[in-house]
Amino acid sequence: MELICPAGTPSALRDAVAAGADAVYCGFADETNARNFPGLNFSRSEMAESIAHAHQAGVKVLVAINTFARAGAVNIWHSAVDDAVDAGADAVIVADVGVMDYVARTHPQQRLHVSVQAAAANPDAIRFYVDRFNAKRVVLPRVLSVPEIAAIGKEVNCETEVFIFGGLCVMEEGRCSLSSYATGKSPNMDGVCSPASHIQYREENGMLVSRLGEFTINKFAAGEAAAYPTLCKGRYQTSEGSGYLFEDPTSLDATTMLPELKNAGVCALKIEGRQRGRAYIERVVRTFRQALRALDAGQPIPTDELRGLSEGQSTTTGAYKKTWR
Amino acid sequence: MPLALAARVLPLLPLQVLLNICLGEIRSRHPRIFDRLGSNTGKRYGLEPTDLPIAFVLEPRRMNPRITVVRSLPSNLDARIAGPLSALIGMTDGSYDGDALFFSRDIHVDGDMEAVVALRNAIDDSRVDFLSESVLWLGPLAAPIERILRSIVGSPSAREEMGVGRGG
Ligand code: SF4
Repeated sequence: MELICPAGTPSALRDAVAAGADAVYCGFADETNARNFPGLNFSRSEMAESIAHAHQAGVKVLVAINTFARAGAVNIWHSAVDDAVDAGADAVIVADVGVMDYVARTHPQQRLHVSVQAAAANPDAIRFYVDRFNAKRVVLPRVLSVPEIAAIGKEVNCETEVFIFGGLCVMEEGRCSLSSYATGKSPNMDGVCSPASHIQYREENGMLVSRLGEFTINKFAAGEAAAYPTLCKGRYQTSEGSGYLFEDPTSLDATTMLPELKNAGVCALKIEGRQRGRAYIERVVRTFRQALRALDAGQPIPTDELRGLSEGQSTTTGAYKKTWR
Repeated sequence: MPLALAARVLPLLPLQVLLNICLGEIRSRHPRIFDRLGSNTGKRYGLEPTDLPIAFVLEPRRMNPRITVVRSLPSNLDARIAGPLSALIGMTDGSYDGDALFFSRDIHVDGDMEAVVALRNAIDDSRVDFLSESVLWLGPLAAPIERILRSIVGSPSAREEMGVGRGG
């Protein structure tokens, strides 16, 4: 199984390459990128230099152009595709059918991956992308159990990639309106969920209070592990009491599921976190590289190595086990 | 901590002069920091090492970046980042992940989060090593002084004990 690693900057890409990535995914510094954060991402020249560096080390670079093209401005997405192809991208990761159509027509030789943001969660949807746009791989949304992933893999004629570590988006990959409602900005249109521009933190009687726009998202007692003020991971007061209405602030860690994912026929394993620092990327990539070596050698895989890097300092196997069923 | 005692009793002006020399060096060696900061080069950042009785106001202006040493932070700041000195320095040289330090409550941030995120990303990409690059201009004295500074700020094992070791 290939290890697909995140990079938000050229330096992070170099660290991911050095730590044992088989491929690195990254994007341009604009709204074509679902991690459109301040100070993050690649200029056109940085992308070309970084791809050349990765290729020298035998590592692939996958360019994420994975937001939905805005009516009247599709040329921004088209030029991102053209520039990724020119820079030598090994694949483009795309969510929007219009952009996929552009890739298939204009650059028929370019390898195309279906982004997780496309939320292709069943064989019919995946077959559509394969048949229509010659997609070679689909990144599966983080809502499927391992048996479901195995069943899909048997029915489709393309590679499957799944997330194994990092932040979770519970509502089928950005297809929720919470962020749009609270801030006017959404992951699939603007590349940001619960954006930094709307976040406020303040200390109140020893508690850390996080707010997004007009809403209080959480209050953390002194010493309690904190989390991003992402709307779906807030602790809200309701008439039934207060608590995490949608999801706890926790990160996916599928280390223990690696043997099952391998048996399910998964071809690539993805680490989330292009917005994280080099320290995170180096350590998570190195840890999973060691885990995959142990898996291949039939040795026990060390687990729970990465809790300290996780949101809320806790981890979950998410939908892979679906223990709530 | 000897550094805390020194910071309490010594005048701040010489430190400020030294830090601005270092900032000028860093500016010429890492111009990409300013590209990544974008419009945030006009912001005023408060940097507050919680284990020192002093703090810093950073104005990362592209043409004339400036750092001011203060006994306590003024109110007219755009953003504030506070935490142990070793955590603040560890974030800049890639030893620690800033988000993990935030989750573990080792660092505190407030104010304009876009400015904070941009600064974090710009510095993380730059691979600036504040301690070693700050003393480069000292020529042959650079290496021994860097060693002394590192021992004052805290070695990685000391950081591990502080509970920030798992941060990255
Ligand atoms: S609020 Fe949560 S579920 Fe909605 S897009 Fe953001 S991360 Fe996904």
